[in-house]
Amino acid sequence: MYKVNIGKKILSANEEYALKNSQFLTEHKKLCLNMISSPGSGKTTILTRTISELKDKIKIGVIEGDIQTDIDAERIRATEAPVVQINTNGACHLLAVQVNGALENLPVGDLDLIFIENVGNLVCPSAFELGETGKIAVLSVTEGDDKPAKYPAIFAKSKALLINKIDLLGAGVQVDFDIERVKADARKLNKGIELFLVSAKTGKGMTSWYEWLVKSVESL
Amino acid sequence: MHETMIAQSLLATISTETAKQNAKPTCAKISCGILNAINDEILCFAFEAIAKGTACEGMKLEVEHKPMQGQCKNCNQVFDVELHRPQCPKCGSDQFDLLPDAPLVLEEIEFQTE
Ligand SMILES: Nc1nc2c(ncn2[C@@H]2O[C@H](COP(=O)(O)OP(=O)(O)OP(=O)(O)O)[C@@H](O)[C@H]2O)c(=O)[nH]1
Ligand SMILES: [Mg+2]
Ligand SMILES: [Zn+2]
Ligand SMILES: [Zn+2]
Repeated sequence: MYKVNIGKKILSANEEYALKNSQFLTEHKKLCLNMISSPGSGKTTILTRTISELKDKIKIGVIEGDIQTDIDAERIRATEAPVVQINTNGACHLLAVQVNGALENLPVGDLDLIFIENVGNLVCPSAFELGETGKIAVLSVTEGDDKPAKYPAIFAKSKALLINKIDLLGAGVQVDFDIERVKADARKLNKGIELFLVSAKTGKGMTSWYEWLVKSVESL
Repeated sequence: MHETMIAQSLLATISTETAKQNAKPTCAKISCGILNAINDEILCFAFEAIAKGTACEGMKLEVEHKPMQGQCKNCNQVFDVELHRPQCPKCGSDQFDLLPDAPLVLEEIEFQTE
């Protein structure tokens, strides 16, 4: 028996495309945020409300990642924002090469901010860099306050965490969700993470999120 | 399932080296940071399935998971981050920057000698 040293990165093909995307975004001075969460935590609802309410301040485009269908792209299209749908046909996350193609099909020059809505999945998308400026995690209150402890990767890597569906807390509905625990667990691994408590349904708490977005676009 | 995709990239790289060596590969060692979200069992299962009928059929994969690393903001010490109670082992501070996760690397391949 003999051994051969290889020392080769295995996901290098994805990383090459991620680097291309990142260079493209830097060159064009565009902010690009990769939204990651479990299915149904409210990513698309947050996006449609954000696009409509920031219409006069910043121009937003969206890359929609879903396993199947263009249901989410249709919801974005209804806001009149430019959108490109990617179907992964079974894959649990987006790849940088797919985003590379989508960027070519967006009117990037007209935009200030590009959102990528990743496939609904709290684990896999966090392991595949897309060349984005930053990741945004979304956690809705019905998913439980133990998620940052149990799924640390995405909370460790995100620039911001939106805790969504806060309208369900104390609204005569029984939801056990300790916001302080989520904050503490998220900050354990990521001291600088921005936290926003929001309801994409009622609009509560969205103003500070908008201010952060506008500030992030301006400081590019 | 992204393990299948990773298994395909692995198989491609191992096959290239196998052709070069003109020997039978028995085991490959892989390392990755724990934030890579790789499940060993799924990866091995996927690899076994796609390696059938190739020169890599029957070979083993060994996956080493590398801990997350942090750098202390107080004393600059670099240390392994313990998920439940992350703190600097040197000065006890819990103020640190998380360092980038170790990438997925094919470290070495073992080949049979004739
Ligand atoms: N009560 C309440 N419901 C919400 C809120 N935000 C979203 N929802 C509802 O949650 C459901 C899922 O919302 P989506 O926006 O489709 O979630 P998503 O994360 O885009 O889902 P996937 O793309 O399938 O992963 C819908 O029925 C929304 O109306 C909220 O703040 N409060
Ligand atoms: Mg959606
Ligand atoms: Zn996966
Ligand atoms: Zn220290």
